[in-house]
Amino acid sequence: METEAPGQEEHAPDDAQHNVVLGRLLSLFTLKREKSTRRIRLVAFGFGLVYCVIAGKLIYFGLHPELRQAMQQSSSDTVAAARPDILDRNGVILATDVKVTSIFAEPRRIIDRDEAVDQLTSIFPDLDPRELEAKLGSHKGFVWVKRAVTPEQQRQVYHLGLPGIGFMQENKRVYPNGPIAAHVLGYANINGVGISGLEKYIDGEGLSDLQNAGFNLTTENLKPIVTSLDLNATYALRDELAKGVAKFKAKAGAAAILDVNTGEVIAMASLPDFDPNNPVDALDPDKINRMTVGVYEMGSTFKALSIAMALDAGKVTLNSKLDARESLRYGHFTIHDYHAQHRFLSVPEVFTYSSNIGTARMALMVGVEGHKAFLHKMGQLERLRTELPESAEPLVPKNWGELNTMTIAFGQGLNVAPLQAMMAVGALVNGGIMIHPTFLKRSEEEAHRDAPQVIKPETSESLRYLMRLNAEIGSARKADIDGYFVGGKTGTADKIIHGHYSNDKVLTTFMAIVPADKPKYLFFTMMDEPQGLPETSYYRTAAWNSGAVTGKIIARVGPMLGVTPRFTPPSEPFPLLAQAGYTAANLPPPGTH
Amino acid sequence: MLSRLERSALANWWWTIDRWLLAALGALIIFGIVLTMAASPPVAERLGLPTFHFVHRQALFLIPSIAVFFASSFLTPRHVRRAALIVFVVSMGLILAALMFGAEVKGARRWIFGIQPSEFLKPAFVILIAWAFAEGAKHDLPGNILAFALLPVTIVPLILQPDFGQTMLVSLVWVGLFFIAGLRWIWVVGISSIGVGGMLLAYKFVPHVRARFLKFIDPGTTGGVVDTFQIDTAIDSFFAGGWFGKGPGEGTVKRILPDAHTDFIFAVTGEEFGIVACLALVGVFAYIVIRGLMLTARNEDPFCRLAAAGLIMLFGIQSAINMAVNLHLMPAKGMTLPFISYGGSSVISLALGMGFLVAVMRKRPRAAIVLHSEANPA
Repeated sequence: METEAPGQEEHAPDDAQHNVVLGRLLSLFTLKREKSTRRIRLVAFGFGLVYCVIAGKLIYFGLHPELRQAMQQSSSDTVAAARPDILDRNGVILATDVKVTSIFAEPRRIIDRDEAVDQLTSIFPDLDPRELEAKLGSHKGFVWVKRAVTPEQQRQVYHLGLPGIGFMQENKRVYPNGPIAAHVLGYANINGVGISGLEKYIDGEGLSDLQNAGFNLTTENLKPIVTSLDLNATYALRDELAKGVAKFKAKAGAAAILDVNTGEVIAMASLPDFDPNNPVDALDPDKINRMTVGVYEMGSTFKALSIAMALDAGKVTLNSKLDARESLRYGHFTIHDYHAQHRFLSVPEVFTYSSNIGTARMALMVGVEGHKAFLHKMGQLERLRTELPESAEPLVPKNWGELNTMTIAFGQGLNVAPLQAMMAVGALVNGGIMIHPTFLKRSEEEAHRDAPQVIKPETSESLRYLMRLNAEIGSARKADIDGYFVGGKTGTADKIIHGHYSNDKVLTTFMAIVPADKPKYLFFTMMDEPQGLPETSYYRTAAWNSGAVTGKIIARVGPMLGVTPRFTPPSEPFPLLAQAGYTAANLPPPGTH
Repeated sequence: MLSRLERSALANWWWTIDRWLLAALGALIIFGIVLTMAASPPVAERLGLPTFHFVHRQALFLIPSIAVFFASSFLTPRHVRRAALIVFVVSMGLILAALMFGAEVKGARRWIFGIQPSEFLKPAFVILIAWAFAEGAKHDLPGNILAFALLPVTIVPLILQPDFGQTMLVSLVWVGLFFIAGLRWIWVVGISSIGVGGMLLAYKFVPHVRARFLKFIDPGTTGGVVDTFQIDTAIDSFFAGGWFGKGPGEGTVKRILPDAHTDFIFAVTGEEFGIVACLALVGVFAYIVIRGLMLTARNEDPFCRLAAAGLIMLFGIQSAINMAVNLHLMPAKGMTLPFISYGGSSVISLALGMGFLVAVMRKRPRAAIVLHSEANPA
C-alpha cells in the first residue's frame, strides 16, 4: 500500500492523548486514507459497469429494429383516418365518419401572400388574418388552412384559382345525437385519434396499429362497434335528469340504467355534459363522467350492502330485532338515526326507517375483517375498469377500524364510483351473481361466464323483498310506478366541505329495481346539492329529488325497454322466502289497502 | 513543439499535464459543436430564431470557456483551493439572489444575470469537499465536520430552486468522495441504507415521487393522460437512426423532440449519426472517466487525489445520467451531456471543472507534495 507517512504521524500522538473509550468512539469517525487507492479503482470499475449497461442498451436497440413498431401506439397522421361506426344496441348510429374536404396550403408555392390571405378570409370570416398570414409566411411544405369545409366554400376557393392552395379528402367524425351518451362515446380529435371514452378504447383495441401498418381502412370495411346503449332510453333518461337538475337547482346530476342479468349499461348520463361534435370544453373538470370518474359517499344506499352481508353471513334473519332504543356511542362519536324510533327494530324496519344504528350493529356482528372481505368481494375497494378509459379509484380509509366499519355500513367514509355501487347492488338483486358492467352488447350467457356467485340466492331474494317493501311503505314510494312492481332505496349523504360534514349541502342517490320479483333493470339517479323547494316542504333528502326523478325515468323508459306492466301484483313474488317460512313477504303490506 | 529542456511556465505545464485526457476533452468539444449543428436548428426554428442561432452562441461561449480552462489548469493546488472558495462564495450568493429576485422559468428560479450560478457551484463544491476530507484525514474531526456541513449548505438552496437533478448529482458526488476518503464500511452500509430507506419512504408517502416512479415503470397504471412524449420520441430516434444513422441533417424525429439541443442531444446523435457513433461517444466518456480515475488512484497528494476523483465523478455521473435518461434506463431528469449539450453556463462551468482537474492531476515532484501537505494546508 502506498500510505502517506506525514498524515499517519500526526494522527497517532493525537489519539494517544484521549482516553480509550473516547478514542474508540472517535476512531469510528476517522477516515482510513490508505484505503482510497483501492476505493478509487472500485469507483472506476462501477463507472465501467454503468457505461457497459448504456452501451448494451444501444446495441440492443440496434439489434432489434422491429421493436419500433411495437412502441408506436397512436400516431397522429396528418390526414384523419377512418374509424368504425359506433352503434347502439338496436343498430342506430351513435358515431360515424363523413367524407369532408379540407383546404391546405403549400406556403413555398404561394406567390402573393397578402392576396391569398385577403381572399381566403373573405370566404372564411372566422379565420384570423394575422394567424393565417404567419402560417402562409412560414417555410413549411404543408399547412392546413381550414379543415372540413362545405361544398359551397370549396367551390368558392376553387374559383379563386390561388396557386399553392389545394384540397384534400378527409374523414370527419360526426356524432348525430350531440350530447346524448357523450360521456360513453367520448370523442375523436380532428386527426381521427380517439381522445376519450369508447373512441379511445377503439384505438387501444388495435385500430391505430392497423393504420400504422398501412392498411387502407375505410368506414365500410371496418366492423362497427355495437354498444350496450339504447339511444331512446338514453335520450329519455338524460331529458328527465336535466329537468330534475333544473327543477331542484342541483349543481350536477348523473343517472344510469344497468341490466342486472347481463351487466350491460343500457343508458347513462352525467350532467353537465358536452357535445362531442365540438368538444372544446370537454376537459373542463366540471364535465367529468360522474358515473365512473367521480367517487362519492353513497349514503344509505349502501345499507342494502350491509344488510345483505349480515343476512348472508347468517348473523341475522329477517325476523331478528336490533336495539335502536338510543344512539350508539363509540368513543367520542355518537351515531344517530334520522327517523329515530327509540325501540327494537326488525331487519325490514331497519331498512325502511333507514336506521343508522341498526345497520351499524349488523356490521359490527360481522366484524371489521368480514366487512372488508365482503366489500372486496363486491368490488367496492378496487378501481372498477370498464371499456371506458376514464375511471377512478375508490377512496378507502387507510386505517380501517371498528368505527369505520360502523360508518361505512350506512354509507359514510367510503367513496366509490356510482357505477361501481350499481354493480354491487345488481349482484344483490339478480340472485347473487357478480357481473362486471360493460358498455358493449353481450348476451346473458357471455355475462355469466366467469361471473362468481357472491351471495346466496335466498339473501338476494330477501334484498329484493326489502327494496319492494321500501317502495310500498318506506322512503322509495315516489318511484313506485304502478304496474312495474318497483323496489328501491334512497341515500342522502351530507357533503364534506372543508373537512366537515355540511348541514345544508347534500348528495342524494336513489337505486330502483324493476320488477322487484325478478329484476331486469337497475335504475340509478344521483344529484349533487339539490335544493329544497316549497312543493317538497323544503326537504332535500333523496326521496324528494333523486327518487322522484327516478320515478319519472321508470315511467318513461319502461315502455321503451319492453317491460310489461302488471296491474295485479304477482301472487307469490318471493317464493324462497315463503319456503323459509317468512310468509309476511308475500302478503300485501299493512297500511296500503 | 516544446522542448523538454525549456523551463518556461508553458513548457512546464505541457510536460506535466495528462495530454491524453486533454485530447479526449478536445474531441468532446468538437463532437459537441458538430452535434449542436445537427440538433439545434429545428429547435431554433420552432422558437422563431435564426437557424444556426444556438450553434453560433455555443461557438461564442467556447472562447471564454477555453480561456477559463487554460487559466484554471495553470493553477497550483493551493491556488485551486482559493479559486474554488471564491467561486463557491460568489455562486452561492448568486443562487440566493436568484431565489429572491430571479425570474421563474419553467417553474424554477435558477437564472440571474443570464447565468445559472448552480452550474459554477458544482466544481467549486467538489474542490472544497476534497479539501475538507483531505484535512479531515490528517487532523481528525474539524475537516470532516466541515465536509458534513457543506452538503446541506449546498443542497438546500438547490432544493429550494427546485433543481432535483443538480441536488442528486451533488449528493452523489459527496457520497462518492466520502467513500473514497476512507469511510468505514459500517458508514457505507449505514448511509446507503438511510438513502434507500429515504427513497422508499418518499415512494410510499410523497404522491409526487410515486407518480414519477410509476410513470417511469408503467405509464398505464397512473391513469389519465400520461406524457411520455419526449422519452418515446427519443427512443424512436434511436430506432430511426439504426446502426449508421440517417446522415447529418437528415433527421426527422429530431424536429418534434422538444429539448433536442440540450437534454436529448444524445437521441439526435442516434438518429443522424447512428448507434455506432453513440457507442463511440460512450467510449470517449468512459475513457475520460476510467483513465482519469486510474491515474488519480496513484496520485500521492491526498487533496489532489480526492479533488481529481471528485471532479471526474461529477463529470461521469452527469454523462451517465443523461445517456441513461435518453435510453429510458432512468426516469427523466433535467441533466445535460457534458460538453455536448447546448448551454453557456454549463460549458463554462465544465471548462472550469476540467481546468481544475488538469491542474490537480499535474505531475509534481514528490518533495513538493510532502512539503505542501506538511507546511501549509491552505
